[in-house]
Amino acid sequence: MKIEILGTGCPKCKKTKEVIEKVLKETGVEAEVIKVEDFETILNYGVMVTPAVVIDGEVKLAGKAPDEKDIRKWITE
Amino acid sequence: MVDIFYPLQWIADKLTYEVFGIAPDTHLGASVNFIIYDVMKIFMLLAVMIFFISYIRTYITPEKTRKVLGGKKGLHYHLLASLIGTVTPFCSCSSVPIFIGFVEAGVPLGVTFSFLITSPLVNEAAVAALWATIGLKATLMYVISGTLLGVFGGYLIGFLKMEEYVADFVYKIKVGDQAKKPEDLNIKERATIAYESVKDIVGKVWIYVIIGVTLGGIFHGYAPEGILAKYAGKDNPLAVPIAVLIGVPLYSNVMAMIPVMESLIGKGLPLGTALAFLMAVNAISLPEIIILKKVLKNELIGVFVLIVTVSIIFTGYMFNIIM
Repeated sequence: MKIEILGTGCPKCKKTKEVIEKVLKETGVEAEVIKVEDFETILNYGVMVTPAVVIDGEVKLAGKAPDEKDIRKWITE
Repeated sequence: MVDIFYPLQWIADKLTYEVFGIAPDTHLGASVNFIIYDVMKIFMLLAVMIFFISYIRTYITPEKTRKVLGGKKGLHYHLLASLIGTVTPFCSCSSVPIFIGFVEAGVPLGVTFSFLITSPLVNEAAVAALWATIGLKATLMYVISGTLLGVFGGYLIGFLKMEEYVADFVYKIKVGDQAKKPEDLNIKERATIAYESVKDIVGKVWIYVIIGVTLGGIFHGYAPEGILAKYAGKDNPLAVPIAVLIGVPLYSNVMAMIPVMESLIGKGLPLGTALAFLMAVNAISLPEIIILKKVLKNELIGVFVLIVTVSIIFTGYMFNIIM
């Protein structure tokens, strides 16, 4: 699984990364976590309000940091 | 007019003079009373205002906005863009993606700037704090002049035809469309989002509010009456530009500055000078300029900063004349 975190370094983007890594650790799900900071890729996904979470090329959430429940649902789907 | 905040003053008086037993008419009493009253009032209005605006915002996404404004010219679209900017305070880290998104959708550069100028300038947290401290009338003046500043500034940038001063890569980016949010949120989901943003924003700004109110309270209680009228009063023509030039690069949380300004106004700082300073703090900051440099060439940044700075100075003078 490939999890991309779209964001340009705002505090919420950091929080997003922390929450995702925490959930991955807890659930033991293997995933590659990448931070995407270049505007072109972010906008190619159609995201204008960061942070956003993209899992295997699909935008799951944009504009806020996800909560643990959301992430659990996405990665176990 | 009935003062709906009277109960807060009553509580502040009770706490200061009876519970804490501080004598009225002392420096300490004035400071403590100011701090208690302001803290209660600011947090109350913050919660109400953020909830209300965030609820409205669930209807106004950048995706929708750029569709509505795409390819539209004319002063009324500047006004619309500026008004949308008032209810959408994006953190400065989102201003670049939104900027590109607007340009890609064919929103004229000037209209995009009307949005970009107003978005940080008029935001619900600052409005709530202004209302709580300096009063409703000054707050309305701030909101109206801030909105008009966005209209005017954006219109001027459009008029100057500065499209070539946008970084070239911006015009090459294609914005995908898969992040479209489901638009069929129900009332409960919208309310949840609004509640989350109250928690989010209050969680972020409370410390600045406390710092600002404490500094303001100390100044209110201990500084001599009229001290600012003497040095930065209306008869000092340099006060407004100096206040604005200090405010422009300042990257300070405006939530801390507002209660301080309240106490400065109490000691004779003219309202227009104070509002101009707060506008300058909100409208432009060094980190924002650094972020915008990624998509704008220096000439356009210079024009943007110049227009906004001059307009704010002008607004400050105007307020000082009419108030």
